[in-house]
Amino acid sequence: MPTVVFAPALQRHVASPPQQVQANTVRAALDATFAVIPKLRDYVLEDQGQLRKHVLIFIDGKQLRDRELLADVVAENSEIYVVQALSGG
Amino acid sequence: MADRLLVGTRKGLFVLKRTAPLQWQIEATHFLAEPVSMVLHDARTDVLHVALNLGHFGVKMWRSRDFSTSSGNNWEETPAPLYPAQPASAADEQPWNLGQVWALEAGGADQPGLLWAGTLPGGLFVSRDQGDSWELNRPLWDRDERRQWGGGGYDTPGIHSICVDPRHSATVSVAISTGGIWQTHNGGADWQLIGNGMYADYMPEDMRTDPLVQDVHRLVQCGKDPDVLWVQHHCGIFRSRDNAQTFEQIHAQPSSFGFAVAVHPRDANTAWFVPAVKDECRVPVDGKFVVTRTRDGGKTFAALTSGLPQEPAYDLVYRHGLDIDASGDRLAMGSTTGSLWITENGGEAWTPVSAHLPPVYCLRFF
Repeated sequence: MPTVVFAPALQRHVASPPQQVQANTVRAALDATFAVIPKLRDYVLEDQGQLRKHVLIFIDGKQLRDRELLADVVAENSEIYVVQALSGG
Repeated sequence: MADRLLVGTRKGLFVLKRTAPLQWQIEATHFLAEPVSMVLHDARTDVLHVALNLGHFGVKMWRSRDFSTSSGNNWEETPAPLYPAQPASAADEQPWNLGQVWALEAGGADQPGLLWAGTLPGGLFVSRDQGDSWELNRPLWDRDERRQWGGGGYDTPGIHSICVDPRHSATVSVAISTGGIWQTHNGGADWQLIGNGMYADYMPEDMRTDPLVQDVHRLVQCGKDPDVLWVQHHCGIFRSRDNAQTFEQIHAQPSSFGFAVAVHPRDANTAWFVPAVKDECRVPVDGKFVVTRTRDGGKTFAALTSGLPQEPAYDLVYRHGLDIDASGDRLAMGSTTGSLWITENGGEAWTPVSAHLPPVYCLRFF
């Protein structure tokens, strides 16, 4: 199963251990994670459900392409890494 | 008289306590490193509400019950105001995303649990359960005129001032930078644009008196005489004596430009301002940091300097960086360069409390 991992900058606000989830897209992986840790959702997504401007996601080392729908496909053993962007904030 | 002071800064919340006359010390520090955009101690319930603006992870709300005795050892995160899903048909220049909580006020004594939150990009939210949930006030958000609100203090419009009428809690006036002053008499069911008499000198000539384009920096209401409201505006100082329906311009020296204003809780003719050079410059006139005070409704002003730096000083006081307590004698003032002063005699003399705080966003006695 894909694993969702959260960077320390986010852990500082919400304890978020790595989550193994049943999912084939980033969106599904995050939704499964939010079901376990509901508070996390508002830290990662903004009001309209899109990825926050200053949050990045890497899938097996490659940056997420679809920041709006989070439809990027993930593989069975993918690592989805959620991290703060250094662009600002 | 208030003996404690909440100071929200770019790097956390500081609680100061008065330990002796003119002696104020930091009693506690909370949320160190996090930007605190607004604080509210709800005197009806002794609950402290704190709005954080985490750069990466959005706006967060925290609450501490029984704050006077718990000293904040019982923080709980509560939901932040959330903008509703934006309909595909609702073309809007403004994002339907919470940018910042810029104002927090308690409802009237007859409205237990009711809170108002003013936000960027211009939404007014109400909570009826002490912050357990928030609802966007659609009658104001859905007004066609909102599309003409503009950025002022930030890129997007924002509600920074919320005045709940002490005579009638359902009457609420809010001020927007930029978007003028709006008032409801039925708890937010509908709103009227008010504030004739304010003047935006930088706008095209035929728009300068339009109440909708006014860049109100701060709106405050006299507790004992609520028909009197004072405005620090981008283009000067204005005062209303008819519950914000109309305003007259007031001229102060050394400058009428600034962000903050405080009005005496029982004497509507007495108000304080922190002037700066208008309007892109925004530093004290001639590098001399002063507070101006009128005691006669704006006919004359005194420049108060005792205890304030007269050597080259470049402190700027934001719109929520000046507060007055219920006695009317104590004022606190915090600046963008991390200076904090307190007066206990209406501004005749100021005592520096610190020159080394993070930039001060907001402060409030409690």
